[in-house]
Amino acid sequence: MSLKQGAALALAIATCVTGAAWADTIKVGVIASFSGPFAQYGTQYRQAIEAYQAQHGKTAGEHEIEFIYKDVGGTNPDQARALAQELLIRDRVDYLAGFTFTPNALAVASMATQSETPTVIFNAATSAINKDSEFFLRTSYTLWQVSVPLAEWAYDQGIRTVATTVTDYGPGIDAENAFREAFEAKGGEVIDEIRMPLSTTDFTPFIQRVRDQKPDAVFAFLPGGPPTFTFTKTYNENGLKAEGIRFLGTAETEEVNLQGLGDAAIGLTTAYHYSGAHDSDANRAFLAKLNELDPKAIANWASVGAYDGVHLIYQMVAAAGSDGPAAVEAVKSLEWESPRGPLKMDPETRTVIQNVYIREVERNPDTNLLQNTEKGIIATVGDLGWDK
Amino acid sequence: MSLLLNIAVDGVAYGMILFMIAVGLSVTMGLMRVVNLAHGGFAMIGGALAHWLLQDLGFGFWLAVPLAVAGTVALALPLERLIYRRIYDFGELQQVLATIGLTFLMIASVNLWQGSSLLSIPLPSALSQPVDLGFRTLPFHRIFVIALGLAVIIGLWWLIDRTRFGIKLRAAVDNRATASSIGIDTGKIYMASFGIGAGLAAIGGIFGAELLPIDAYYPLRYMVLFLIVVAIGGMGSIPGSFAAALGIGLTETAARYLVPDIATIAFFALVIALLALRPQGLMGRA
Repeated sequence: MSLKQGAALALAIATCVTGAAWADTIKVGVIASFSGPFAQYGTQYRQAIEAYQAQHGKTAGEHEIEFIYKDVGGTNPDQARALAQELLIRDRVDYLAGFTFTPNALAVASMATQSETPTVIFNAATSAINKDSEFFLRTSYTLWQVSVPLAEWAYDQGIRTVATTVTDYGPGIDAENAFREAFEAKGGEVIDEIRMPLSTTDFTPFIQRVRDQKPDAVFAFLPGGPPTFTFTKTYNENGLKAEGIRFLGTAETEEVNLQGLGDAAIGLTTAYHYSGAHDSDANRAFLAKLNELDPKAIANWASVGAYDGVHLIYQMVAAAGSDGPAAVEAVKSLEWESPRGPLKMDPETRTVIQNVYIREVERNPDTNLLQNTEKGIIATVGDLGWDK
Repeated sequence: MSLLLNIAVDGVAYGMILFMIAVGLSVTMGLMRVVNLAHGGFAMIGGALAHWLLQDLGFGFWLAVPLAVAGTVALALPLERLIYRRIYDFGELQQVLATIGLTFLMIASVNLWQGSSLLSIPLPSALSQPVDLGFRTLPFHRIFVIALGLAVIIGLWWLIDRTRFGIKLRAAVDNRATASSIGIDTGKIYMASFGIGAGLAAIGGIFGAELLPIDAYYPLRYMVLFLIVVAIGGMGSIPGSFAAALGIGLTETAARYLVPDIATIAFFALVIALLALRPQGLMGRA
């Protein structure tokens, strides 16, 4: 190598190194649904991200943070993969985020690992996802995390027999298994396990079957929106509530569709990690900012998942910039106060350890709106489904 | 015994809701020969209007419902004039493409106007009360829907079989050119029947919302269900739609009571078998 070439090389290296230090905009690619039937999720994410940025500014450490949104439509693993590739190669993002559906998250696992890109999952709630990549971090919850404490709480309340009614798809079966295992371990009895087709429109037959068996409670897992609406209505109208058969659920009373459920929802008991009515300063500040930016915005699990996900990204960027492995290492045991309550990352599962609250739907006397009123903390747990 | 009664009561109530929404589709598809995939869209518009009048404007239920139905018809008539009139002469595939495009437009408009969450239509207390039938309780709403369904089928039969309008409609359907040459204004007849179809869809959408809740994606979510009712009933046959809707309601309900895990498979297997045996539907003209 001649002196001239050596000098040029040294200059080139120097440019690269200093170039990296100056690269003060760190890009985060958000893959979520912004159109179609699931557009609500993307909207919730975007509102939460904007609220976080409005509260905490657009810089973390030395770096400015920019979010790039990509629309994946719905459950579409191929599209998720293609979008991740585009974000990584063309937009040169350093972080990935979003992911409402499990298949979409799984589709980008190998890419996240190869490119060492920390990927923050805002929702996808199947336990096994985080096993697929060391670079996956999750700020939502898993079905086991909320179903197991609910089953144990129910037993402690004197409920001895339960019929489970779940929608017949992956998450429903996960919820059924989690609930049964925990409830039977306590000594309770699951007297009927009903799996309802995903396309069910009239739930009366299932509800009537439950009623005829007279269990102490019915555990339900349904996808949000129309199925939950019809199920809870049918539950009330067929007199299960009057008969004293309690409703036990998880995400069914989420805030976006809660007002639509109407009075039929009052008294429904759910175990979950976030209620829009959570009583804390962090939550009030979050809600205030959210509504300041968009008066119609409603906070639910998707908003808080994204909000905490952005917090995690800010911490990673502040600690390690664009160095993926160092970034993940830096937040592996991070603790912080979220709008949902205190949070802590679990270094093994890379899912948050959080409080699970038992809540009841009530009408807020001041606003006259329905809300999930928290009645107590029934567990502080991480992902209980990791070893299943 | 009580199981059989349960199946009968729930099945008939469910079937009536299906009938009310699908009969309008049967009218437009069978009588007017237009494959109107946007039919569910009119049911959704009826529901969305009812939701808006009730929740946002604070109207009473019995005032909001007729207004919502009238509003849907008022939207449907210009659509017929401007768009559907040009679609009548298309081939079937073009009709499907045009009306599915219209469906997407309706979805996007309602999404923009009311958002993508559930649009609830709260019932007055008279309708939402549970009624004790002895062996079980049933919401009064279901009984009301059964009565309304019966009223709709009797009303339609009377309209088509016994009135001058019905005679003209049948004449226009059988041979449009001859009908207009003897002085029947077929354009007006078609427009009126289209409006009736849309109005029926709106009624079905509003009263069926307890089982098929209204949201922006309603037309796509339940499109297959409505098409099945019409396909099994036979296009254009109102008694056929009625029999098909009741049959589907009863079969699906029975399958859910007896074999919940394979209810969907059992249901579609039956539909396939039936259509293989009678491709023109129960009462369709071959």
